[in-house]
Amino acid sequence: MVTTLALPRLIARTQGSAGRIGAVTARDLAAVRHSGYWLVVISGFFEPVLYLMSIGVGVGGLVGDFTLADGSVVSYAAFVAPAMLAASAMNGAMAEATFNFFAKMKWVKLYDAMVATPLRPFEIALGELGWALIRGSLYSVAFLVLMVALGLTTAAWAVAALFASLLVGFAFGGVGMAISTLVRTWQDFDYIMVVQFGLFLFSGTFAPVESYPPVMRVIVEVTPLYQAVELIRDLTTGRLSWGSLGHAAYLVVVAVIGLAVAARRMNRILCK
Amino acid sequence: MPDEPLIHARGLVKRFGEFTAVDGIDVDVHRGEAFGFLGPNGAGKSSTMRMIGCVSPPTGGMLRILGLDPVRDGPQIRGRLGVCPQQDSLDPELTVTENITVYARYFGIPRRVARERAAELLEFVQLDERANDKVEPLSGGMKRRLTIARALVNEPELVLLDEPTTGLDPQARHLVWERLFRLRQRGVTLVLTTHYMDEAEQLCDRLVVMDRGKIVAEGSPRELIERHSTREVLELRFGEDALEIYTGKLAGIGERVEVLPDRILVYATDGDAAAKAVHDRQLSPSSVLVRRSSLEDVFLHLTGRTLVED
Repeated sequence: MVTTLALPRLIARTQGSAGRIGAVTARDLAAVRHSGYWLVVISGFFEPVLYLMSIGVGVGGLVGDFTLADGSVVSYAAFVAPAMLAASAMNGAMAEATFNFFAKMKWVKLYDAMVATPLRPFEIALGELGWALIRGSLYSVAFLVLMVALGLTTAAWAVAALFASLLVGFAFGGVGMAISTLVRTWQDFDYIMVVQFGLFLFSGTFAPVESYPPVMRVIVEVTPLYQAVELIRDLTTGRLSWGSLGHAAYLVVVAVIGLAVAARRMNRILCK
Repeated sequence: MPDEPLIHARGLVKRFGEFTAVDGIDVDVHRGEAFGFLGPNGAGKSSTMRMIGCVSPPTGGMLRILGLDPVRDGPQIRGRLGVCPQQDSLDPELTVTENITVYARYFGIPRRVARERAAELLEFVQLDERANDKVEPLSGGMKRRLTIARALVNEPELVLLDEPTTGLDPQARHLVWERLFRLRQRGVTLVLTTHYMDEAEQLCDRLVVMDRGKIVAEGSPRELIERHSTREVLELRFGEDALEIYTGKLAGIGERVEVLPDRILVYATDGDAAAKAVHDRQLSPSSVLVRRSSLEDVFLHLTGRTLVED
């Protein structure tokens, strides 16, 4: 009797949970319609485009074509563009998962009201991540359209890269939230920004990691943005390998750990 | 099952590290009641409310809400509760209506139903004219009423109100009371905390007096006054004099004398008779007031302290 009831109950619970997660995302969508927040969101699109144009295309004119580790030759812009996509997926997700998430939790006390409803902390985290991914995917779609237009990838690979960029957003969103639950003051966000910018510069974004000194190369290779850049670059340049799967698996693990830590810490903070 | 209490607590304990906020309380709240936790700040009322609201796991003892276990069945229980927290936790990025409709979605209420209920509830709390405004410009009383409306969107069986009128001006308080009174008439079970005795007297059928994490008395407001106080109270003031010297001089008048920093309370069945007795002893207070006993007096008698300490 108990076992026959367990499955439908589990399904009912999962459905309820999915609905609640969606409700949190819907809350963010409702909020973004008001105030000047739209402008902030839209501005996020221009950053990777400016980098792509100034460095990818501008500096690329000086660098010329580029031989990758496996011997294939691509233009410098085609080398830099996927890295910009990965970085913008990171930045978009981190903007929501750090600053905004922290403000909602500690300052506006938004989640205090939410935990009084059937919502559970991990559902809040997933719902917030849902919005972060929607925001990130808007940038990714626009940027990928630009890449296809400039001949830096094909439409088919661009679709694959879009899914990869969602995974990147998921991973950084999870990590960002986990960090935000540990952060005590606004000043700590400056450190996060510095780390993010460091990752942006050195994750095989503008130069291949093979050109770094061995020690630095090892350090870079364990950081998540490097994994994200490599995954997306494999896709946009059409060079999938088992290594690509490894990068994807790495990001999945990071996302799951980040979310688990975030949910645990939120539970600690909100349900004292 | 029909007579099962909505809230059933035995030996309920909440500790934060070394500090014991709730120290082994027994509470039963039945369907249709308006039940109050009366006590000063720090008595453990809010901690108790958070445990009942299933957002704070008990440290010890047993707690059943709607017959369910708050730790295991939290989401299920919370779906049937309405919570009005002490600090307004409205969503400042949303409009008045959205604050209710978006909140409704957290309960899995369909969009259309949410919109209908929002319209009804805003009318109920007299905010229908502000439906499309942002939340920020609303007054404290309006925000509190909106929070109450929001707490009702899932048609809860049990409504928890933590200090529903703290920080409101008298007019705003009366508006909130009136709305809560209407809810009570509809048969909604209300549980509220307060450190205002008039609030407890107006709204509660039954209440417990809490002090330092413990329940020190329980009953209806009238029962508590009868049991722990006299029918009337004579309040005496003696200008700038040190009041301690009057303790002896007033001995024997009324049933009991309490000396407060600014006044002396003489507990008596007949306040006027007590006032006459004071006069007969050639004492000349600067002011004399006879009033009915209140829960404030009950609290003072039980704990030796006043409710609102300043």
